Amino acid sequence: MADKLELLDLLLEDARESTDTIARQLGCDESEVESMIAELEDEGAVLGYQPVVDWSRVETDHVAAEVELNLELDRETKYGDVASRITKFDEVTALRLVSGDYDFDVTVEGDSMRDVSMFVSEQIAPIPEVTQTVTHFVMNTYKNRGLEFTDSDDDDRLSISP
Amino acid sequence: MKLSERARNTPPSGIRRFFELAEEMDDVISLGVGEPDFSAPWKARAAAIHSLERGRTSYTTNRGMLELREAIADHVPRYGLDYDPETEILVTTGASEAVDLALRALVDPGDAVAVQSPAYISYGPGVRFSGGEPLPVSTRPENDFVMTYDDLERAGAADAEVLMICYPNNPTGATASADDLGEIAEFAREHDLTVLADEIYAGLTYEGDHASIATLPGMRERTIVLNGFSKAYAMTGLRLGYALGPSEAIDAMNRIHQYTMLSAPTTAQYAALEALKACDDDVAEMRTQYDRRRRFVISRFHDMGLDCFEATGAFYAFPEAPYDDEQFAEDLLHSEGVAVVPGRVFGEEGYGHLRVSYATGMADLKEAMTRMERFLEQGGDET
Repeated sequence: MADKLELLDLLLEDARESTDTIARQLGCDESEVESMIAELEDEGAVLGYQPVVDWSRVETDHVAAEVELNLELDRETKYGDVASRITKFDEVTALRLVSGDYDFDVTVEGDSMRDVSMFVSEQIAPIPEVTQTVTHFVMNTYKNRGLEFTDSDDDDRLSISP
Repeated sequence: MKLSERARNTPPSGIRRFFELAEEMDDVISLGVGEPDFSAPWKARAAAIHSLERGRTSYTTNRGMLELREAIADHVPRYGLDYDPETEILVTTGASEAVDLALRALVDPGDAVAVQSPAYISYGPGVRFSGGEPLPVSTRPENDFVMTYDDLERAGAADAEVLMICYPNNPTGATASADDLGEIAEFAREHDLTVLADEIYAGLTYEGDHASIATLPGMRERTIVLNGFSKAYAMTGLRLGYALGPSEAIDAMNRIHQYTMLSAPTTAQYAALEALKACDDDVAEMRTQYDRRRRFVISRFHDMGLDCFEATGAFYAFPEAPYDDEQFAEDLLHSEGVAVVPGRVFGEEGYGHLRVSYATGMADLKEAMTRMERFLEQGGDET
């Protein structure tokens, strides 16, 4: 399992890395890497591979909001039941149950602030268990998924040194 | 201006010419860099910034802040080393200053100083600055560049006063186990040599634990251990190192240090203190990255048909050049824009080898390996 963790670590760094290079870095055979990846996928441990996008550098309209939801549950309804309805919306890109002042932390993405607001007010707010929504539009992203959203620094080291 | 004989007799470093060649070209991927590609851990940098904000810009005591020496004393037991922060530790301006001070504190004019070869380019000149005569002790590829009793005997090291060793080694990436060091220790005890052990790469050991010669029987009293923050903590530009040794040796070094350097840079001392207190995880992460690149580079070399021994420390691989190392490095630079350092720069036993630093991101490493492979397939210099 130690190897699997190291493999995950490498995939988290760059999921597009070739299995040949990953195998060399781990010091094992390419076929071993392939079968470990297959296992991780089969077990549902690895659900997918997606790029980290800095939308401010893509010529398109893109808006994201963090939405806090408060819920009131009854004997028949659990968090999971409400969650399974909310996750069905494509606009919802992340949904987590959190501790603290509110229950659900929802990430909603859309083409405009109006789209996102309308989605929250028309699709989320009317859910019977939802008692309150607070929408925070993302104004700027500085770091996401471990990557800083800045121009990469040039290597300023001397090209040859002892 | 009349220059001293010392200055006139000091040749420019062999690395200099390559540096100039590489600087003239665009799109060079350099595997010739002897320092980490990472920046110092943010916590250490933040501590340095904070110290400046608080106005900590004075000298420190000559030996370095006591708190830092105490932190060093608490750090080195991981290598089996035990030193008194009051009397047996000196904080220096890079391990380079520690090398210089140790040589000046130990060497009298005309003394022979046995120096491991191949090794870091400063040792020989450092010995000469102290008035000594460097005596190269060649280590051999067939022994994975680990110095043996036989190597020492053959070099005539019995007549030397001081022996300089460096493991993990720059340029070969070789490491030495406690067993390996046992032979060197035996020779040193038999011939009453003082040992300068440059352990600057101790934190970058990939197979097994780093072993220090000072931990072997009868060696603590005849060894000065040199280490620092440049490599493992990626703090080269902060210039901070330290020496560990018996109090009379550290005291002697400090007497020279107090008139020359006065004290190591204060800002860097604050960074180092934080590095020791809070940056073990950062070092472990960097070591993991280097280790992966090490395996990648060496396995690529093997597939290219380059003979390359299994380097297990520092961040260098040391493959054999298919033909003359200097010519090969020059050809590779001109036709593929990949810079490596010819082994001869590091001493006679380096002839025929190339020092390849993997302190470079994976993207560049992969591209460099592709270019090297293409170069070799095209027959090297025939392009």
